[in-house]
Amino acid sequence: MRKQRRGTPHAAAKRMAGSLAALAALATLTGTPALAQDKSMDEIAKYREMLADGNPAELIEMRGEELWKTPRGPKNVSLEQCDLGLGPGKVEGAYAQLPRYFADAGKVMDVEARLVYCMQTQQGFSFAEATKNWYSKPGKESDLVALVTWVGAQSNGQKINVPVKHPKEAEMVKMGEYIFHRRSGPQDFGCSVCHGQDGVRIRLQDLDNLSQSKGAQKAMRTWPAYRVSQGTVWTMQRRLIDCMRQARWPEQKFPSDAVIALEMYLQNKAAGGVLESPGIKR
Amino acid sequence: MADPMKIRAANKDGVTEVKILMSHEMETGQRKDASGAIVPAHFISEVTATWNGKVVLQGEFGPAVSKNPYLAFKFKGGAKGEKVTVSWVDNKGDKRTDEGTIA
Amino acid sequence: MSMNEINARRDAMKKMGGMGFLGLLAAAGMITPQMALAAWNKGAFEAKTLADTLKALGAAGTPVESKDVVLNAPDIAENGAVVPVTVTSNLPHSQQVAILVEKNPNALAAQFMIPEGTEATITTRVKMGQTSDVFALVKSDGKFYIAKKEIKVTLGGCGG
Ligand code: HEC
Repeated sequence: MRKQRRGTPHAAAKRMAGSLAALAALATLTGTPALAQDKSMDEIAKYREMLADGNPAELIEMRGEELWKTPRGPKNVSLEQCDLGLGPGKVEGAYAQLPRYFADAGKVMDVEARLVYCMQTQQGFSFAEATKNWYSKPGKESDLVALVTWVGAQSNGQKINVPVKHPKEAEMVKMGEYIFHRRSGPQDFGCSVCHGQDGVRIRLQDLDNLSQSKGAQKAMRTWPAYRVSQGTVWTMQRRLIDCMRQARWPEQKFPSDAVIALEMYLQNKAAGGVLESPGIKR
Repeated sequence: MADPMKIRAANKDGVTEVKILMSHEMETGQRKDASGAIVPAHFISEVTATWNGKVVLQGEFGPAVSKNPYLAFKFKGGAKGEKVTVSWVDNKGDKRTDEGTIA
Repeated sequence: MSMNEINARRDAMKKMGGMGFLGLLAAAGMITPQMALAAWNKGAFEAKTLADTLKALGAAGTPVESKDVVLNAPDIAENGAVVPVTVTSNLPHSQQVAILVEKNPNALAAQFMIPEGTEATITTRVKMGQTSDVFALVKSDGKFYIAKKEIKVTLGGCGG
């Protein structure tokens, strides 16, 4: 918020009052009371460390593996021949290299879009069936999220590697970059307001500068992630769709091409980051 | 039926460390659903771990144990390849038993 | 199901002559009947105040604060829904370990029976509705000892 586009900082803050946006703005406008917060940050680090051993996402990962191997859908086949980009059935390392262009579908897909594609083409599910429970609700865990969690875990320890090889991939990176820096919606808001500079903090959350390689690596390497506050795993689609909601942007349909473009842009930036998947977060 | 547990057990210097993740909502009985109705309490109440037919830990949970409960402890003995068996039962009578192999 | 219904069911289970799950284990020869009798301590889990909970656990009065009981947890929990807690007892013959959160609707979160041969070190995760003192209670050689730590919660963990 250092570079206000219009109005005084005060007017800007007023405009955004009542939304999380206001908190983000305040955090940067007033600076952070560093001393008191640093000890807190140490204790929060300890909290996170204690949670890392025994990530409940592992339970969801186990369910995902089962779902991958179980014949399902109208055609009663498993997903074991699904091509996630490295050839049919090759899952290890696939997540680290997504999104990517798929010639058979003629478009760039992320892990979820690809799984939905395989569920349709191989298992015979309709698009509506394949996407109906795309995120987990209390008491109702999503099959798709479980699959993504398992696929993600098969890239644990691998380096994020999403280079631009196909013109469609180049197009998506560009589009992602554009969306990331664009401001719109009723609050004149965008990703870069919260994630486009160093040292932004909302409550106790340090927000990394995702437009820099280091920040993008740090953010992208720990997904999908078990969210303690939600009691379940969130995928990157879920994370970004929720961030768009926070920016007061129009509701996204799943799987969203705008999200895939953002993922392509961020994964491309995050090249070299070593995946620690599934992650665990607040 | 309840989802399987994840059980890791590893022996080091004659002591076996067991780490268990259980798949369970652990409803407190205080949460309201979208329609405003109270979601009834539903939680694992008893957990037992055995090794070689001997109980190595017995626990009782209330609804204040976190969703997808985690439990870690250590016992003397246990050799690579042996099994640790963990069973739980919840307040509605659902139950689950799984085995982990000591590494 | 209300708490009353749960209780009714538990009572029914007891009336049926069984001891529920642990009874079954005992019948299968997996554990001794004596251990099976230690089934869910309803009185302790449903007690509201710290004092009543201690009483229900047989630790009435003020248990002795002891340096040999170590409660390891972060000072601050980012989310009260999941607060990691490790209790370690360095006291001889520690038979029982309990974790209590004073300001929760029911103070007792969990308790453990420690058989001979098992170390008195337990790690689990509990919910906290708000910032509160958390207690580790240990029974050693028939006496109760306690350790206390305040854990701040930035986001409450009850009700969702
Ligand atoms: C109102 C401020 C705000 C806006 C606008 C916003 N986000 Fe976020 N974003 C957050 C918060 C808060 C988190 C969660 C941080 C946490 O819990 O640690 C987050 C998390 C993320 C993460 C995960 C970071 C990590 O370390 O795991 C990514 C990636 C992300 N946002 C991308 C975006 C993108 C892309 C946009 C634009 C569509 C966007 N965000 C818009 C506030 C915002």
